[in-house]
Amino acid sequence: MHVCTIVPISQTVGANRIVPAVAIPHPLGDPTRTHEEEVQIRRNLVLKALKALGTEVHEQTVFTD
Amino acid sequence: MLSYRIVHYINQFFAGIGGEEKADYKPEAREGVVGPGQALNAAFKGRAQIVGTVICGDSYFAEHMAEASAEILEMIRKFSPDAVVAGPAFNAGRYGTASGAVLELVSKELKIPVVGGMYPENPGVELYRKSAYIVRTSDSARGMGEAVQGMARIALKLLDGEKIGTPEEEGYIERGLRKNIFLDKVGGERAAEMLAKKLRGEPFKTEYPMPVFDRVAPNPPIHDMKKAVVALVTSGGIVPKGNPDHIEASSATHYGEYSLAGVLTADEEHYETAHGGYDPTYANKDPNRVLPVDVLRQLEKEGVIGKLHEKYYSTVGNGTSVGNAKRFGEEIVGKLKKDGVDAVIVTST
Repeated sequence: MHVCTIVPISQTVGANRIVPAVAIPHPLGDPTRTHEEEVQIRRNLVLKALKALGTEVHEQTVFTD
Repeated sequence: MLSYRIVHYINQFFAGIGGEEKADYKPEAREGVVGPGQALNAAFKGRAQIVGTVICGDSYFAEHMAEASAEILEMIRKFSPDAVVAGPAFNAGRYGTASGAVLELVSKELKIPVVGGMYPENPGVELYRKSAYIVRTSDSARGMGEAVQGMARIALKLLDGEKIGTPEEEGYIERGLRKNIFLDKVGGERAAEMLAKKLRGEPFKTEYPMPVFDRVAPNPPIHDMKKAVVALVTSGGIVPKGNPDHIEASSATHYGEYSLAGVLTADEEHYETAHGGYDPTYANKDPNRVLPVDVLRQLEKEGVIGKLHEKYYSTVGNGTSVGNAKRFGEEIVGKLKKDGVDAVIVTST
């Protein structure tokens, strides 16, 4: 599965399970938050990625929530 | 008028020697035309003449590439050709690859024109289209007549020192080379015209074709994440500090494989990004922002996943060619499978 910021690129190259990320220079983080908040954001994204990996898909799927 | 001297390269099948059972046939040179050389020779209409044919079994070439190439080059050289034509190979993969390799070598060593012929999906096209004009053919020998006409025409043009037109005009496969040309209208005007045509639903031709990407069927889901080995792969360029494998900041030609054994977090002391396509400040300050080792270790400890795979793979996705990216992907997948990894999270910036 693909965690990425620019979802259309991921779709173009053919990823089947896609989780949108935060921003290009920090896809799994947010430097404007405290460290604890940031780790929580990252954890949620990774959990979403794991959920995507555990979900049956038949076509390219973007896991927004 | 003196006619040009041509050497023709063909495989064991088209030489009438045999099929798969003869694919280990060693290189052989014969005077004059053999098999499809007859049709090719006719297409030259007396302006060029096949003086010799070099034959090699497809498997023999594939398995002994270095020595077969050297031997074939010598055989070709002895005929003192003005140009070399190989195939057409249609959709025969090994034949296409062998003829492409022969043409590339001849062009480089003998510095004479070379022409091949293949079906666009022949793997030889991707490998050698930059080195030779490869005429677009049908997928099977049914298209022989048309193929040899196109090959003969381009060979004669090259021999006469004439300008070769676009792939559409000349019938060869796009070579992936850029050439500067002058046009009356500026880029903006041409783009606006294309857009207007697109909006009107009319056909238009792009000046910059996009690469065609593969599609793969989605894999089945992981049923028991608690037992799954999860690996991390990134195109965000996170590497051990100092970038030991010198992964390029753009147009990467390789990727790195790095151990995560005993690594609890991708901290700034030990990791950094090699990527030259985004502001590296945030990734360098906390590489977990691109390669989330810290939370995967948490989740591993909590039993949400079985295990974080002990190696991760990293490259720089910044102007990286589709060809290289594909190769990285295939190699990395092979390694992950061999290591028994169940699921992969790929992160991109």
